[in-house]
Order: sequence, then C-alpha cells, then structure tokens
Amino acid sequence: MADPTSEQRFRTQVLPHLNSAFNVARWLTRNDQDAQDVTQEAYLRAYKFFPGFHGENPRAWLLAIVRNTFYTWYQQNREQASATLFDETIHSLEVGNAYQDDSPEVMLIRRENQKQVHMALRNLPLEFREVMVLRELEELSYKEIAAIVGIPMGTVMSRLGRGRQQLAVLLAPMKQEA
Amino acid sequence: MNHQQILELLPAYLDQELSLSEAGELERHLESCEACRQAYAQQRDASTQLRQAELRIDAPPALLQRIEAALPRQITPRGLLRERFGQWLTSRSSNWAALGAMAMSIAVLSVSVTLYRDVPSPEQRLTQELVDDHVRSLQSNHLFDVISTDRHTVKPWFNGKLDFAPPVIDLAQQGYPLVGGRLDFVNDRAVAVMVYRYQLHPINLYVWPGNDAGNTPVVVEQKGYHLAHWSAAGMTYWAITDAGAQELNGFITKLRAQTAS
Repeated sequence: MADPTSEQRFRTQVLPHLNSAFNVARWLTRNDQDAQDVTQEAYLRAYKFFPGFHGENPRAWLLAIVRNTFYTWYQQNREQASATLFDETIHSLEVGNAYQDDSPEVMLIRRENQKQVHMALRNLPLEFREVMVLRELEELSYKEIAAIVGIPMGTVMSRLGRGRQQLAVLLAPMKQEA
Repeated sequence: MNHQQILELLPAYLDQELSLSEAGELERHLESCEACRQAYAQQRDASTQLRQAELRIDAPPALLQRIEAALPRQITPRGLLRERFGQWLTSRSSNWAALGAMAMSIAVLSVSVTLYRDVPSPEQRLTQELVDDHVRSLQSNHLFDVISTDRHTVKPWFNGKLDFAPPVIDLAQQGYPLVGGRLDFVNDRAVAVMVYRYQLHPINLYVWPGNDAGNTPVVVEQKGYHLAHWSAAGMTYWAITDAGAQELNGFITKLRAQTAS
C-alpha cells in the first residue's frame, strides 16, 4: 500500500475498531492470547486487502475478516481449543462504574451474576455464540451480521432466537436462586 | 401470519428489525397468545441479562502497539517520521516550515543538519544512518518487534517479512544473550535486526544480503557508539552498541565463531 491517502484511510477507518475486533476474536477463541494473535493476523490481512475496499462500513468489513481469520485458526487448533476450559477474565471481571454506589452485597451479587452470564455465553455453541456476540455486544444489524457470517438474514434471526433460548435455559437455575 | 410464523419472528421483533406492519400484526397476536408471550419474555430477559453483564472485552493496550509494529513500516508513526525525514533530506533545502511541522526530536534533527552540511561518503552516511537508527530504537522504545530469547522463535518470525533468511544465533552461553528481533529499513532496504545484550548494553546487529564489506570486521567509533561491519557468507553485518570496543570485539568474535561452525 504505497498510496499515502490509502494509508491514512486505513489509520482513520480501520485501526479505531480495534476494540470491536478484539472483542469478537476474544469471544470466538475464548482465550486472551489466541484472541490477540487472531486480531493481529486479521489486521495484517485487512491492511493487505484495504485498497480493494470501497464500502461504507469498515467495522463490519473488518469483523468479517476477523471471523474468517478465526475460522482458519480454529481449523488448525481445534483440539487445543476444545481443551481450554479455564477463562481468566471470569476471575478478573470488573464491576461497571455505573454501579459503584451500590452496597458491597449488591456488588457481590452483581459480580456473581456477571460471572454466570459470562459462563453461559462462553458455553454456547460457536454458531450461536458468534451471532449473539455480534448482536448483543457489538450491536450490529441483521443485515451486517448476515454479511459478516455469510448467512441469510432469516438464519441470523433464527440463530439469535435459539441462542437466546439456550442462554435462558443455562441461566434459569441462577434466576431461581435470586 | 400463523402461530408458528409469529414464534419465528420474535427475535426480529425484539431487535426491532420488523417493518411497522409486521410488528403490528405480531403485537396483536401476542395479546391473545400466552405461549408466544412467554417465549418473547424469555428471549427478552436473556438479551437484557446479556447486555447488563457488560461482557465486552477491550483490547489490551499493548495490542495496538504490537499491530502497528507488525504492519509494514509506513503505517506506524515512526514509519511516517522516517518518510517525512527522508523527503526532507532528499530535498535538502532549508525548508524551515516543514521542519517546524515535523515537530520531532530536535536532537536527532540537529545532528543530521550538522552531518549533512558536508556531502558524506556512502559509508559515512550508512554509519550515520545506523547510529541514528540505533538511537531511535532506544528512544522510541521500539527495540523489538518480537521479544524472545529463543532463536527458534525469532527466526520464524522473520519468515515472509524479508526476501532473505537472516542467520539467528544465540550467544547467551558466551555472555551476549539474544533478546529479540525487529524489522528495520536502512540503506534503502528492509533489513533484519537482532538485538543482543551485553550486561546492560543493548547491541543491535543489522543483517542484509551483500558482500560489500570486507571479511575482517572494521571497528569505528562515532558519537560514543562503537560500530563494526563485515561480510560473511553473502551477508553484510553491522553491529552497534554503546558498550566498549573491546566488548564489541568479543561479541563479533563469538558471533563469527558460531556462524562458521
């Protein structure tokens, strides 16, 4: 990419979506180090393909590359990936600032809730987890998700429906306790 | 729409992806259908719980640096600097406006201004370029692109990034541990840099293909740094460090002994 304006566009349009790219990679790989590797590889690919990108949605474009990079990685590391059961962020979750006025008990319950939801999402099968993360965490539209995952919008809808049902089932015991 | 179709559309209703007319029809059905109301409530609660848990995980700050370092040079601030600096040097006019706009380390610039007043020989220029690069690698905290004391990590890291395979040798046993590597751009080409340490002194070893130096290392001193260059087996080597000439000589002897074996 010798063209300086293309360089500059990459800097202003693609680099700022690092948090989105990492978040998606993080939930797909379920591991911090792998997510960093996948994100970096995705950025190198994005950099290479960027001169050919003329769309208006660089974030969705980048996330599609992150997803593809992940699947390449996943096929190469399938065995190792399934053996990774421990997820370090569950043990280091921070309580959001908006809730810092709560009493210690409320914070503790909230933190416990957060862990449960984290675990539930983490344990969703990949095909549901990816649409759930793109919709609920990245707040993308059905159209964007359909383009990123490469499925019809109707399938996005049905996977979100089934993903939420599965999540509800996984979270049901916790609701009864509360 | 029948009951089954309504059930299937619930996620889109929740996500406000339905048209007004579809949403209206669905709402009318919900009023009369307990099963659909329950299914909808279940999905809505799951979605709410997920969003309230704030599960988005931000990239660690070091990742941006790592990515910028891995991208081809021009994209990094340092690459941009090098580009502008290069343009300024080529024009070599007293363009003070451009100089001001660069807002760069005055030290590096003034050094270059003094140096470029007289037209230097290619070798002097290369020496100066390496001293500048060495200083910059220390100043901008960009000593490494890959940090590793294991040559089996450093060597593959260069794969695909260069049009040659640099010899990567660890000299930890000899008192000069390999601590990492990076890509750099000197002498108008991409080169491999292996970073070693002698006690607290970093040693940058630049390598690129070529036979333009002699077989015997020549040590020179410039601005308190010691530099040596030589060629061996089709590669040109430049080593630079703030350690003494004797330490640099020791390093070169041990390095050459390993390359030869």
